[in-house]
Amino acid sequence: MNNIELIFPEIFISLSIMFLLILGVFKKDSSKIIHNISLLVLLITAVITFNETLSINPTTLFNESIIIDYLSSLMKIITLLGAFVVLLISSNYLRTFKIFKIEYPILILSSVLGMMIMISSNDLIVFYMGLELQSLALYVLATFNRDQLKSSEAGLKYFVLSALSSGLLLYGCSLIYGFTGSTNFNVISTQFNTNEYAITFGIVFILVGLSFKISAVPFHMWAPDVYEGSPTSVTLFFTMVPKIAALTVFIRFLYVPFLNLIDQWQMILVFLSIASMLFGAIAAIGQKNLKRLIAYSSISHIGYALAGLATGSNEGIQNSVIYMTIYIIMNLGFFSCLLMMKRNNIYYEQIDDLSGLSKNHPLLSISLLIILFSLAGIPPLAGFFAKFYIFKSVIEQSMYFLAIVGLLSTVVAAFYYLRIIKIMYFDEEKDSYDKDHNLWLKLSLTVSTILILMYFIFPSELIDVVSKIKII
Amino acid sequence: MNFPILSSLILLPSIGALFLFFTKSKSENKITAKYVALFTSLVNFFLSIYLWFLFDQATSAFQFVEDRIWIKGLINYKVGVDGISILFIILTTFITPLCIISVNNSVTKRLNEFLIAILVMETFMIGVFCSLDLVVFYLFFEAGLIPMFLIIGIWGGARRVYSAFKFFLFTLLGSVLMLVAIISIYWITGTTDVVQLYELGIDTKYQNLLWLAFFSSFAVKTPMWPVHTWLPDAHVEAPTAGSVLLAAILLKMAGYGFIRFSLGLFPSASEVFTPLIYTLSVIAIIFTSLIALMQEDMKKLIAYSSVAHMGFVTLGIFTIQQQGIEGSIIQMISHGLVSAALFLCVGVVYDRMHSRLIATYGGIVTVIPKYAILFMVFTLAALGLPGTSGFVGEFLILMAAFKDNFLVAVLASLGVIIGAAYMLWLYKRVIFGKLINSELKKMIDLNKSEAFTLTCLAIPTLYFGFYPEPLINTIEVSIRDLIDTYNFSVASKQ
Repeated sequence: MNNIELIFPEIFISLSIMFLLILGVFKKDSSKIIHNISLLVLLITAVITFNETLSINPTTLFNESIIIDYLSSLMKIITLLGAFVVLLISSNYLRTFKIFKIEYPILILSSVLGMMIMISSNDLIVFYMGLELQSLALYVLATFNRDQLKSSEAGLKYFVLSALSSGLLLYGCSLIYGFTGSTNFNVISTQFNTNEYAITFGIVFILVGLSFKISAVPFHMWAPDVYEGSPTSVTLFFTMVPKIAALTVFIRFLYVPFLNLIDQWQMILVFLSIASMLFGAIAAIGQKNLKRLIAYSSISHIGYALAGLATGSNEGIQNSVIYMTIYIIMNLGFFSCLLMMKRNNIYYEQIDDLSGLSKNHPLLSISLLIILFSLAGIPPLAGFFAKFYIFKSVIEQSMYFLAIVGLLSTVVAAFYYLRIIKIMYFDEEKDSYDKDHNLWLKLSLTVSTILILMYFIFPSELIDVVSKIKII
Repeated sequence: MNFPILSSLILLPSIGALFLFFTKSKSENKITAKYVALFTSLVNFFLSIYLWFLFDQATSAFQFVEDRIWIKGLINYKVGVDGISILFIILTTFITPLCIISVNNSVTKRLNEFLIAILVMETFMIGVFCSLDLVVFYLFFEAGLIPMFLIIGIWGGARRVYSAFKFFLFTLLGSVLMLVAIISIYWITGTTDVVQLYELGIDTKYQNLLWLAFFSSFAVKTPMWPVHTWLPDAHVEAPTAGSVLLAAILLKMAGYGFIRFSLGLFPSASEVFTPLIYTLSVIAIIFTSLIALMQEDMKKLIAYSSVAHMGFVTLGIFTIQQQGIEGSIIQMISHGLVSAALFLCVGVVYDRMHSRLIATYGGIVTVIPKYAILFMVFTLAALGLPGTSGFVGEFLILMAAFKDNFLVAVLASLGVIIGAAYMLWLYKRVIFGKLINSELKKMIDLNKSEAFTLTCLAIPTLYFGFYPEPLINTIEVSIRDLIDTYNFSVASKQ
């Protein structure tokens, strides 16, 4: 077996999962140690990925069914680091709800493993396998606070709808297999006949399935309920990590086998993008719960990332990756704030609970202010640059309609971000929240705020990192 | 020139703001915070005066240019000044310390944060006037929304939330189209560097749409009729210092943008759309002057008069003649001084009586005579009496307009008369008449800091009214060059 070292990260993480499971079964009260080991595992895997695979030429393994290239390595590292941070800051929250159990880190590890397989997949079957692995873990994570009705509801809803979308996706896979005789991306790209409509149908079905996973409109219905019902730390995980993997598959699936059919899928992507941007912005206006609001906001943000993918250029892909990276950082900051809104062991998550926050918690509210303005895309914060890059590549392809709709929906979106700021700064104060927070929570908030605020000083670094992504 | 004087001008206020931010928790002493802010802004003011001193008036080229790679292969951080922008920078650095002095009475809560917001605002405003790259310009232009939103929203009056939202969303909506245009320019020409764009020129077939996109942003910010409605709300609800910044400097960003970008980058489109601007300007002048006549709230009256005055400015810019543009710039500077002063004047009586309604006052000339004198100076300057800076600008603009379009000029002159009417009537109702409201007798005349700020504003108003040479000398060459380029490219098109 040549090049087996290239999938060391996956092998390492699977072995760790098994080891941790056994440890958890045989050792009593091991949740803390398993939590810490999982953190270590994620970090080590990220380091292995960085060392072994980031700088190699694109290589395929196992009959070309797995591909290791710069894109996959980069996305894996982002996924791993995202999961690492989620795990790092969620321990206090879990303890409060008495769900600090061994399953939590192990489920996160398994879903990360699924995502890594998805990211590296160069074959429909491998891709589906990874997808299901991560989804199954995510269903359980959504219901993790099983004593709460909302959490169980969230998990069940997610499970049913996700299963439906997986079915559609499989149907698309089978259509494509039927008309090209292969499930391998490279083979498909040489085999298919551009005049065959069945292929287009197959692409549409797969796109539907994928859109469901990234919650793009009109396949977004599950997101607000699931985001609201799941434990906050799991919601944080949902908004950040699975989207990276799904987006990578989006890129790989559309640009490797079906680049020639760009006329067919570009329209779909433009529609998904416009619908998500507008709907996410408009629907968020009426929300009262911060987690629901961030669900709609994430729908709208995914719309921008898709706009980058719709361009059909390398630069568009790179800018989508930049967008997602910056979005993850903003989200991390936002959820760190959310996890700090705790008083007497109760977490508050309504928008009104932020009322007058600036008087009791000036530092917390200034961070949230920066994060919200950045989410709204106001310069000179990082969120503006993310949008700027996206629209730059969109306009370069002369897709003016998409650009104008996108920018107008930022104005609509600005409204609900401003509403939160209004409540924090202009309204009367309530009781103050606990001030003794987990060190990691404080750190993640500080770091993400500083990154957002100071991004404009070193904007080239991130571009350098993604500029090595070359798909076409 | 190795010392990066422009970047220092931009950064200094922010450094002051950072300093305030980090020392906040330790010193509860409000006086210290104010002195720190005042010191920072004064240093900035003297730096900008030094800049004017070094400035070479004989050339139209950009001076003190700094050019650094910012986003590799995409955008350079490029700043520089020419005759058009330098006066606005000095106006900004001049008004900001006066604002900080004036917070004494009007801002009672969260003084520290207020000063931070004002200093950050100063950074962005100076950045707008210095930047020689479209993206850098946009960045500063938009970033100014954040502190202003907070200034109106936190320290404003009763309907502050509504006004802050209206201000933010109106301006943002106008600006996003400008962002599309900026990216399109990058795509068409491969650069967003203003100096290079002046040389390259932009293909005429794109110009009209691009011009409209820029216009949508500047029209909201100017504000031109019919998108001026945010301004009265924002002015009325903002605290005094916020109104001053808004009227004196923020509105000038758009006028500056018209000269620098609309005329400079899209000459043939400017030619096409001149009638549109004329129409909107004349409507703004007459219509909003009439509205101003009917106002019962002093701040609202001055806000509407701002819209009318900015109507003169846009009119003057698009006459595209030496006098017209010179007049517009002088009118902007003058309006910056006068409207700032008028808002401060309203602030003075508001702090004492907590009412902005004209009907509350009347006959206060005997109670507070010093105030009455200074208020009169600015009233007369606002209506453009010869000998005040307001006259110079309006006169030059109308002269240029008469050369270009008789009807427009006559209508605009009508606006001057209505302007005189509402300002004098305002003055009459507030200062003269019978002293009916007995509460007014308790009013105290100007204290030292109020007298100082108003005098500081009165001196340049009168000085430049009698002797506008220093201003005209500074801007003359740059404008001549701008008009030559403009005529050349319009002629070459035909």
